[in-house]
Amino acid sequence: MSEGWLVLLQQAFGLLFSLDPEVWSIISVSFAVSLSALLITLIPSIVLGFILAFTHFRGQWIITNLVQTLQSIPTVVIGLLAYLLLTRNGALGELHWLFTQPGMIIGQMMICAPVLVAMSQAAFTSADKRAWETCRTMGAGWFDAVWVICRELRVPLLMAVIAAFYRIVTEVGCSMMVGGNIAHVTRNIPTAIALETSKGDFAQAIALGLVLLILSLVLNFLLGTLRGGSRPRSH
Amino acid sequence: MLKMKKMMGYAVAAGMMFASSVYAQETVKLATTTSTDNSGLLGYLLPKFEAKTGYKVQVIATGTGKALKLGEQGDVDLVMTHAPKAEAKFVADGFGVEPRGIMENDFVVLGPKADPAKIRDSASAEEAFAKIAKSGAVFVSRGDDSGTNKKEVLIWKAADVKTDFAGYKSVGQGMGKTLLMASELQGYTLSDRGTYIAYQGKIDLVVDFDGGATLANPYQVILINSAKYPELNHAGARALADWLCSDEGQALINGFQVKGQQLFKATYKK
Repeated sequence: MSEGWLVLLQQAFGLLFSLDPEVWSIISVSFAVSLSALLITLIPSIVLGFILAFTHFRGQWIITNLVQTLQSIPTVVIGLLAYLLLTRNGALGELHWLFTQPGMIIGQMMICAPVLVAMSQAAFTSADKRAWETCRTMGAGWFDAVWVICRELRVPLLMAVIAAFYRIVTEVGCSMMVGGNIAHVTRNIPTAIALETSKGDFAQAIALGLVLLILSLVLNFLLGTLRGGSRPRSH
Repeated sequence: MLKMKKMMGYAVAAGMMFASSVYAQETVKLATTTSTDNSGLLGYLLPKFEAKTGYKVQVIATGTGKALKLGEQGDVDLVMTHAPKAEAKFVADGFGVEPRGIMENDFVVLGPKADPAKIRDSASAEEAFAKIAKSGAVFVSRGDDSGTNKKEVLIWKAADVKTDFAGYKSVGQGMGKTLLMASELQGYTLSDRGTYIAYQGKIDLVVDFDGGATLANPYQVILINSAKYPELNHAGARALADWLCSDEGQALINGFQVKGQQLFKATYKK
């Protein structure tokens, strides 16, 4: 058994380092889709998080709770919603985006937006309100003041971005339902791992699992460095 | 009192032994594939056979390979499978005797109602597949190494088409999911007729091509060699096989319908 595992690991590394086109096509689909979803949702989500933390308006409580709830909904449920939206007789059926990358991006946007909003709201809430007031009284515009606050809060905001990215790059439910796991088109790392495992072919599944593991290590290392670099706030 | 309890215990034990010996004589063990069981065919046929002959049939529904293996090991009294090559070997190796083709169902090429690749008047499945590849239409492949997927790969090979054309989508999913995807994408796909009928209400696809030797899926019933395993219920196995091949059995097979459609075609030739 242990020998079997060693052989599988060896094959997995072989697939990764021989730049096997199959494996790399899957990896590139994963990153293209998840990074697009993240980049499209990033700024609107952070702005919404800022508004929720710094202003008061009617219905704010409802929106905050809605965002918190959406954050914890299983990805298959969001996949189901996206599917119903994109299917031929759904609201966006005209686009014919079901089983395409744009369809997957829509699904992943629905997954990562609540994470970004909730975590950036938490970050902004923890911010020192005096910084904002100081900026404004010194004559800084709205945009410049927000920028100052964001720079102040770069670590928690980056944590939000990383958490959101990691949630969508690893989710299988929505990708499988909306993307359909089409080889070379919508087959990403999680759906490929699910397929290879169901076929009993583990080498490729392990190779792709290693990619996610390495990604996780890199992102955590990055966060650790950032945290270490920013001095603790003195009161 | 204690004695009476003991006596009763003996009586029950004796009764059970008697019952089980009778039971063993009347039981026929049939190893077959999941398709005959899941489709409801056996549930429809076997009670009629049991009522007529008094035998009780125990069905072990598994993949064709496993069913033949059970026959090789003498664990069942007869087999009913659909893999001509493996069955020929099973008989040649001396495990099975008297293979008889009793029925067939088939694979169908599904596609949009409009039939954009114009495969409806093709002479063969290979020609239909070649037309799909040439027309630039979408073809959704299960791509999961299943029996149906293997059949599809064989047809592409026979048609001399490489499956790297733009419309070819290998989705790595089960038959049902593949049908839903083909319907959404309005593409072609290869399916067994049973699953297609089960999904008919949910999908917007029609049979654009069927028939021909390539798409046939023949079932055989094979007895186990009594010289190898004398202790099996050969009389019961023969009774069941004979009944399936009889006019009555064949008529019942033809009459079996799911959602108003015939699923198996009786093929036994005397």
